[in-house]
Amino acid sequence: MVPELGQIALMLALCLALAQCFFGFVGAQRRDAVWMSVVRPAATAQFLFVGVAFVVLAVSFLRDDFSLRYVAENSNTALPWPYKIAAVWGAHEGSLLLWTMILAIWTVAVASFSRRLPLEFVARVLAVMGLVSIGFLTFMLSVSDPFTRLLPPPLQGRDLNPLLQDPGMVGHPPMLYMGYVGLSVAFAFAVAALLGGKMDSTWARWSKPWTIVAWLFLTLGITLGSWWSYYVLGWGGWWFWDPVENASFMPWLAATALIHSLSVTEKRGTFKSWTALLAITAFSLSLLGTFLVRSGILISVHSFASDPRRGIFVLVLIAILSGGALTLYSWRAHKLVSEQGFKPLSRETFLLLNNVFLVVAAAAILLGTLYPLIIAALGLGQISVGPPYFNSVFAPLIIPLILLMGIGPYVYWKFDNVRRLVKQLRWIVVVAIAACIVAAIAVWGQAPVFTVVGIVTGLWLLVGVAAIPVVRWRRHLPFSRGVLGMIFAHLGIAFVVLGVFVTTSLSMAKDVTLAQGGSTVLHGYRFSFDGMTQVTGPNYKGVQARIVVTRDGKPITVMYPEKLVYVEQQSDSTKAAIDPGLFHDLYVALGQPVGDNEWSMRFQYKPFVRFIWLGGLVMVLGGLLAASDRRYRKEVRVRNADLAGASLAADKN
Amino acid sequence: MKRWGVVLLLLLLSVPAFAIDTEPALPNAAMQSRYEYLTHEFRCLVCQDEDIADSNAALAADLRAEVYRQVLQGRSNEQIKQYMVSRYGDFVLFKPPFQPNTWLLWFGPGILLLLGLGVAFVLVRRRNQNNSTLVDDENEVDEPRW
Repeated sequence: MVPELGQIALMLALCLALAQCFFGFVGAQRRDAVWMSVVRPAATAQFLFVGVAFVVLAVSFLRDDFSLRYVAENSNTALPWPYKIAAVWGAHEGSLLLWTMILAIWTVAVASFSRRLPLEFVARVLAVMGLVSIGFLTFMLSVSDPFTRLLPPPLQGRDLNPLLQDPGMVGHPPMLYMGYVGLSVAFAFAVAALLGGKMDSTWARWSKPWTIVAWLFLTLGITLGSWWSYYVLGWGGWWFWDPVENASFMPWLAATALIHSLSVTEKRGTFKSWTALLAITAFSLSLLGTFLVRSGILISVHSFASDPRRGIFVLVLIAILSGGALTLYSWRAHKLVSEQGFKPLSRETFLLLNNVFLVVAAAAILLGTLYPLIIAALGLGQISVGPPYFNSVFAPLIIPLILLMGIGPYVYWKFDNVRRLVKQLRWIVVVAIAACIVAAIAVWGQAPVFTVVGIVTGLWLLVGVAAIPVVRWRRHLPFSRGVLGMIFAHLGIAFVVLGVFVTTSLSMAKDVTLAQGGSTVLHGYRFSFDGMTQVTGPNYKGVQARIVVTRDGKPITVMYPEKLVYVEQQSDSTKAAIDPGLFHDLYVALGQPVGDNEWSMRFQYKPFVRFIWLGGLVMVLGGLLAASDRRYRKEVRVRNADLAGASLAADKN
Repeated sequence: MKRWGVVLLLLLLSVPAFAIDTEPALPNAAMQSRYEYLTHEFRCLVCQDEDIADSNAALAADLRAEVYRQVLQGRSNEQIKQYMVSRYGDFVLFKPPFQPNTWLLWFGPGILLLLGLGVAFVLVRRRNQNNSTLVDDENEVDEPRW
């Protein structure tokens, strides 16, 4: 009986979404305050009902209700309870419920934190978000129902995929979805502004904190996913250019571009039409990512054709939402012409270049991800596009961007002159070049030229960013949270770039087969295989090796890599042992037993790999600071004080 | 199919497996690094988006052994790639070959970048003519312009 309550809750939520959408759009068009006043309560009620459905599914998991097909396929009585909760979003139907739940959370957040915004605008924003919600609720109720019964119920469930039974995986999907879905807010703001025909710097100021928050969740989600794949997949990789990863990376690039473009619109009232287009694009890429992952088209064109309903549903949804928004854009964009001038040497130009590189990078990834599908569909051949392609295309696009990033924050808005800039930057450039030369000499010969270029680029940015606070402090300029946020976000990028290139070029790996008592040496570390013990868990059993690590005879650590077999799924899982350090990780993974007492093992020394995720976290911190800047909290005061924007005739309300 | 659905949901991975070789290392470092390079260039044909270095499928193990053997025989990277393509088609290469059906793939990003930079150039020029109000005064207070 209880699961049916979940289904009913979803139906009610759909009705409320319809009301939210209808009264929002029509009410705003008719300027009818009573109709518009329906929208906020409808959003809250929708959130409550989606929440009920979510809780019902979670309770069904906790109670091992295998009469639900979804629970039977993704859980097991022996599964520890935190993973039973995580199993709610462990497969297709539940992850859609999570998607819808998170959309409802964002909608309620917008409804509550928009008291200072004009009602008409809020009504339209919530109406657009209601439209998205209608799409996903209909999707669930029609072809992806998590509450479908399975009769007769099996005695035991098939268990959650072992790879998901990990703390990193519990948090990764919700964070990623918070980011994906959060971009719907920027999308809704853009569409609402286009509908209302008013798009000015206040619109950018309202959009920006929401976009930054969505971006920081996306950053956190991608970082968690990368960290998880590093220690769970067992071979120490942290990024694979897998189409599914690309699906999350494209919206991230677009959102990053959007934040920068919003800065220009906010500060200078210009680039409006481009900003609106980017907001639409960023969310469309999120939807496209959902399509790519959900339709099965990535596995093969054939598996898509065998059950096309889900894929086609998402395609139609993209056509309606993105197509509709783009049509509206092409119809209204001419109203957004802004003719604020700026000189070729100015912050505007640098941010414009930022957008060019980021958008082209996202487009290149999109091309590489879709290309094999398209030429296969056209019958032009079967090809694969993998990491070697993406690395060779992405790096040349991103390295110039990072070089520009080192200088960009020093350039004045509107216009600057070369002499002033050179005077200000000369010491920074000297230090940066000195650091780069030292680094280049240190790694030359050990690493390919290409990665030396990467390391040098990262250092250049690091010095460039580190000098910003010094320059500002010497000139008695204020440190708003916005500025601090920018500094941290850029610092995070510098960390990621350094981490990526150092670990790519200087990592060492060794595959060895060791018998008990045997040992091997890698980069000065001696790894001795001390023995094997049995381990048993609630739903798995396996073996654990004991590896003693010494250096020059001195003990460093003891590592315990595991190899587990999950009973119900009959699949094995490798739990690598990692000795983490800020500057290097030691990494041991078990392979297969060879003969009687021997095991194949992989030993790795990975310098700077932590910088990749540390950089991600530093970016998140930057996002938190920037989003909490007081100018987003005290709008009225700031508007008066905003000297740069004061000349704009833009603030109409 | 259902398993694959679950795996795809993870948003971040290909196949729950990885391979650790049991063969002895190749006689010299150059050969070893060529072996490592090559095994990352070939796709495991029966897996979901995985190279043969990382896959523990039986086919991937066979292909690794083949690469190992050919590197040991002293065949060049180019010869080994040709051998793989002749047996399995272009699909086996993770870095698609440059040929008519991949021209767009290889030129695309460059064309897009040129296009983007071109648009930016035109825009900056147009906005530059539009700024008669801007005075290039070095003594102007910086603060509002930072």
